[in-house]
Parts: sequence; structure tokens; C-alpha cells
Amino acid sequence: MAVVAATISIGGRPTWPISLARTVLVLCALLVLGWLLVLPLLAIFAEALRPGVAFYLDAIRQPDTLAAVRLTLTVAAIAVPLNLLFGLAAAWAMTHFEFRGKALLGALIDLPFSVSPVVAGMMLILVYGKYGWLGSWLEAHGVQVIFALPGLVLATVFVTLPFVARELIPLMQAQGSEQEEAALTLGANGWQIFFRVTLPRVRWALLYGVLLCNARAMGEFGAVYVVSGHLRGLTNTLPLQVDQLYEENFAAAFAVASLLALLTLVTLGIKRLLEWRHGGELKGRH
Amino acid sequence: MTRRVLPGFRLSTGYTLAVLGSCVLLPLAALLWTACELGPAGWWAQVGTRRVLASLRLSFGAALLAATIDVLLGLLVAWVLVRYRFAFRRVCDALVDLPFALPTAVAGIALTALYAPNGWIGSRLVPWGIEVAYSRLGVLLAMVFVGLPFVVRTLQPVLESLDGDLEEAAYTLGASPIQRFLRVLLPLLLPALLTGYALALARAIGEYGSVIFISGNRLFQTEIAPYLIVQKIDSQYDYRGAAALGAVMLAASLLLLLAMAAVQRWARRWAVLR
Repeated sequence: MAVVAATISIGGRPTWPISLARTVLVLCALLVLGWLLVLPLLAIFAEALRPGVAFYLDAIRQPDTLAAVRLTLTVAAIAVPLNLLFGLAAAWAMTHFEFRGKALLGALIDLPFSVSPVVAGMMLILVYGKYGWLGSWLEAHGVQVIFALPGLVLATVFVTLPFVARELIPLMQAQGSEQEEAALTLGANGWQIFFRVTLPRVRWALLYGVLLCNARAMGEFGAVYVVSGHLRGLTNTLPLQVDQLYEENFAAAFAVASLLALLTLVTLGIKRLLEWRHGGELKGRH
Repeated sequence: MTRRVLPGFRLSTGYTLAVLGSCVLLPLAALLWTACELGPAGWWAQVGTRRVLASLRLSFGAALLAATIDVLLGLLVAWVLVRYRFAFRRVCDALVDLPFALPTAVAGIALTALYAPNGWIGSRLVPWGIEVAYSRLGVLLAMVFVGLPFVVRTLQPVLESLDGDLEEAAYTLGASPIQRFLRVLLPLLLPALLTGYALALARAIGEYGSVIFISGNRLFQTEIAPYLIVQKIDSQYDYRGAAALGAVMLAASLLLLLAMAAVQRWARRWAVLR
């Protein structure tokens, strides 16, 4: 069996035809990743820096771009906490109680991942737009949703809805309700149970979900594109600004895009760090 | 009805339903309502035009092909990442998430810059008569890009959970490496492969940002269905036409969700039998 294990298992030193096959497979995989993922990443920074550092700094300091940065941060600052609360509430409801329609609720929480972002934005217009279901009511009350900040927030909440809930539900399911029930018998009230028992046990998974949620919130394009009306300096988030600049000023578009690419790299770095340091506490994740 | 021991039922379900209602359920209802209002004839009048049919054919055709390519490439990448140890393995593993995390518009312009006739790759391919940018091949490429992590991330945990016992047994019975792969491993991986395929497919069908730059959006040639929806809303203010097309896309997403649920049920039952 030892010979068998050596030819198949991960650590052993295999015989030559197997080691050759292994080398070829690894090279093929590296080629695929390099061609499909690394090259586009390099292209962003190469195109951004091609006209020189001075141009780059100038491009990202344009007033419209700074306005887009502010708007992106504002949208994320509203949408991410909303989804953090949503994730916690949904996970609490899904893992501590039995009720009718629970399976349907679970399916609805996952739904936004499989709906096209463009369709999501269009659906929001059908409800909140000028000719939508709530359009005339909103107009009478002086609230503009579509082509304004609330619409951007709604679209962002839609596309990022499952991120936090998806991390928390399997984890809290695996942990069960025993500790919460023990705290209850010891006289703790609901908030005490939540803040002292539940939250400390899910904090890393929560942070993990928020991280992914934030990356998507700041980078969302399709859904936001439909509801924003892309008014420069007013309703342009960073990805929309990239789109508009691309038509007129190629290098400036890549300069702004490089900011988003940097955000992506930082996000992936922190994600890896969380998986490496707190992998055990994220367990239950699929 | 079981007794609810822990507090917070009304608060947690209330907030969950409030957010779901305003962001998901109400908009879904509005789309279905608008599409139903058209009636079958009105719906076909919107969807049956040459331009819309061409975009649907491209969206679904390219997505099916892209998801198939993703399964092949994803299987290779997941296999290598789980089974072998090599330099930069961790970096490669982290990189797989890039299409998840990179904003789609950024991915779109990066791919276009690479494959445009004056780009790093495009300038080498165009002399051979291969045009990736502003062609259907570009649409396919962008869809392969966004779908890859779905396959890899679905396969990885399953591959990690296989301890090699069955492969060793097959080896002792004289199975060749190819037989071991096709007859022992592949059946075990099948549910994960199908789930990854469906996830990549759903993403590719609905993808907008990374496709529209490289596709060039040429009439009847490289217009994808989401692009037409945006066109109808943005420049023609044709909300009913957009809703008719959106209903088709939504139906496709729901069908894929049902298919995935069926695969998972089937895999669970099979796992119990094993």
C-alpha cells in the first residue's frame, strides 16, 4: 500500500510518468491563470501609468473623479451597514426559529446572485421610477429615488444582499442554539444574548461577509448604471466614471480603474488573511 | 408550531422581510406585472424582433459555451491547486477570486485593451486573422473570465474532502490513471461540476459590465440581451420592451436556480446511499 500511496497521495515522490503529467498539469494551470487573470490586471496598471505619473495623479484629482469617489464611499457607507443588519437579522431568524416559508425565505435571500444586475436595476425603475408603481406617490412627497442617491443605494443593496447572510447562516446553523438558550436560562435578555454570546462567535465570518459585500458595493456597475442616469459629478460612482472616461480619455479611464483594481487587491489580501488566521471560525462556509 | 424559546423572532423576521420586500419582492412583482400586462401577443411583439432574438441567441449561446469552457479550465485549476504543491500556489489560489472582486467595468476595459488590434495580445492575434475584441469571441472571453471562480470554488472543497481511498482501491485493481479519473473521480465530482456549471452559466447570461466594452455592441452581431435592456431604458424610454426582455432573463435565472436545487437534492440522496 505504501507504493500505491506514494504514486497517488499529495506528499510522496512519484515515479517519472506521473511526475511528468503533474508538471504539465501545473504548467497548464499556471498558463490559464496567467493568461486569463494576471494579464488583465497588469494591463490596467500599465495603461494607467503609460502617460506618466504626473498625468496619472492629475487624472485621479479631477473634480468629477473626486466627486465619484465621494459618491461611491457614500453609497457603500449606507448600503453595507444595511446589509450587515440584514445578514444578522436573516441569520438569526433562519437559524434560531422554525416557521412556515423558511425554505422560500432562504431561496429569496440567494436570489439576487442569479438575477442579472441590469434586470435588477430595471425592476427598481418599474417600482420607484417616475412612471413606476410608487412614482407619483414619491413625486408628490418630493422624494427622488431613481437618478439619485436612494436609487443607487437600493440597487447596491439588491446586488450585495446575500453576501453577509450567506457567510452567517451556515456558520450559525453549525453552532446551534444551545449557548444562546443557556444564556437565556441564566437570565440574559435578547440583546445581551446577541452581543455577548452570538456576536463574538460569528465576528470573523461577519467581517468576511462585510469585506466581500463592500468590494461588490464599490464596484457594482450594471445595476447602478441603469438607475443612476450617469450625471457627471452628481450620480456617477467610480465604475460609472470609468465608463464615461473610457469614451473620451482612455488613459484617465485606466487611472480611475486602477484605483478600483487596488481596492480589489487589498480586499483579496484581507480575505486571504482572514481565511489564514481565522479559517476555523469561518467554517461552515461553502 | 414549535415553541420559540429565544427572543427576537419578530424583530429579525420583520427587518429581513422589510429589506427583501422593498428591494427584491416589490421589484420582482412589478416586473412580472408589467410583463403579464403585455399578454402573450404583446410580449412576442417586443421579444420577437430580429434584433432582440439575435441578442438572446448570443447571450444564451455564448454563456452555454463559456460555462462549458469554465468547467474544463476550472477542473484543471482546482485539481492542481488541491492535489499538487508548487511555487506560488497560495498566490494562484488567491488570484482565482479576482473576477469575483474586480469591478466588472474595470475587467471589461482591461480585456478590451489587451485584445484590441493595438493591444498586447490583440496585435499578435490580428495578423493571424483572429479578432477577439469587438467580436463574438470577445463576448465569449469576457464570460469565461467572470465564470471561472464559480467552478473552481465549487470544486475545491469537494476535491479536498476526497481522501484517495477509492483511487487507491481502483489502483490496486489495476485501473490506469485515466480510468481512475474517468470512472472513479469524475462521478464523485459530478454534482459539484454541475453546480459550478449552473453558477457560471447564470453569471454569464446576466453579465453586463465586462462584456459591453469588448463586444463593441454591433447591431445583430455582438449585442447581448442585457445591453439591449439598457438601450431600451436609457435611450428609448421603452420600459415595457425592457420588461418583456427582462422577464425572459429572469425566467432563465429562476430555471437555473431550480436546476441547482435539484442537483443538490440528487447529490445528497446519492451521498446517503453511498
